[in-house]
Amino acid sequence: MDTGVITSYIPIFAKAFLLTLKIGWIGVALAFVTGIAGAFTLYFKIPLLSAAVKCYVELFRNTPLLVQLFFIYYGLPVLGFKISAEVCGAVGLGLLGGSYMTESIRSGLDAVPKIQMESAASLGLSRSQTFMSVILPQAFTISVPGLVANVIFLLKETSVFSAISLMDLMFTAKDLIGLYYNTTESLFLLVLFYIAMLLPVSFAGSVIEKKMRSKMFGGRDDGI
Amino acid sequence: MGFEVIFKGKNFIRLLEGLGVALKISLVSVIISIVLGMIVGMIMTLKNPVIRAVSRIYLEIVRIMPQMVLLFIVFFGFTKMTGRNISAELSSVIVFSFWGTAEMADLVRGCLTSIPKIQYESSKALGLSRLQTYVYVIIPQIIRRLIPLSINLITRMIKTTSLIMMIGIVEVLKVGQQIIEANRKSSPHAAFGVFAVVFLLYFLACWPISRLAGYLERKWT
Repeated sequence: MDTGVITSYIPIFAKAFLLTLKIGWIGVALAFVTGIAGAFTLYFKIPLLSAAVKCYVELFRNTPLLVQLFFIYYGLPVLGFKISAEVCGAVGLGLLGGSYMTESIRSGLDAVPKIQMESAASLGLSRSQTFMSVILPQAFTISVPGLVANVIFLLKETSVFSAISLMDLMFTAKDLIGLYYNTTESLFLLVLFYIAMLLPVSFAGSVIEKKMRSKMFGGRDDGI
Repeated sequence: MGFEVIFKGKNFIRLLEGLGVALKISLVSVIISIVLGMIVGMIMTLKNPVIRAVSRIYLEIVRIMPQMVLLFIVFFGFTKMTGRNISAELSSVIVFSFWGTAEMADLVRGCLTSIPKIQYESSKALGLSRLQTYVYVIIPQIIRRLIPLSINLITRMIKTTSLIMMIGIVEVLKVGQQIIEANRKSSPHAAFGVFAVVFLLYFLACWPISRLAGYLERKWT
């Protein structure tokens, strides 16, 4: 490995890293918004919309992001929706993630025992009070592991953005390999930057999970 | 809208063949993953500190490294380092099996550790050997929980194999691109129709499988 090559590549990779990070996190934010909206629609059984959300979730959970991006980026302009690669990446990631988030949040909401709702009603809490201060906090705690896994999954999926010629980490690595054949150095930096992107998230995720679990079960960490 | 090109000549057959290539690679990888994952998962439950450390690192690598990056490392990096050329198909099977084995092993480990300790102790009290305990007591219990989860792994594997086009394997997306290119003049809007069909084909390949997994999960737990 040539350290000179590596130092000269770092700025190029850093630029791509920032772009990947930006679009990745915008996508994650969109996914959360979509997921919360979708899960609430399903939970409150809003007619018609519920059916639409169900179709959306099935459709996007059962197709690869690469195919979704190709459809959005190359297919939709035919109908007049022309968007830049950056927007397409964020929207595609948001749509894919939205379907996963909907599932995770919905299963969290469903997992709250029914007795909680009945007890809240008998205490005289209104429907909205019950939902906001009884159901939601518990549901959130239950869905945390799933949500963390989704965030990591989505940030990993950013690696396919290069297919729609977005200048992300993958694209940069491929480009540099093609131009100068410094394969080892490029791959080394690629791995390094992905570790920098995901290791903190993975670590923070396990800390949050642990905290949530102790909050839920009173500090007992014996795998209930 | 570009749907007409799909049925022109052998285009639709070619798309299906492309999907077949992706499905074949995922099938091979999933079989390897399930077999190896069972073994690795059992090894991971051992209390040996070295095994624990190694399996933690292995799981963490798979958890945070995009499959795309692993694919590049194997396909480009391996060739560069050893000077030996490995085919794109072989590299994708290696990468997807590496990834799938970790996923499967983690599932197996999760199932094994969720079996109450008393089951192991009772088997011991009955005089069963370690192997007998696994074969007659533990495995029958975990298999029901494991089957839906492994079926889910199949759909994830199929979705992941769409990445193989990035290392030059001609699969359904690539065939789609070729069809669009070839018909650029006669139907300039082919991109919509072709990619919509590819989208649908992937959905039709994965949806029944994930429905089956969901059904079994509900029925058996």
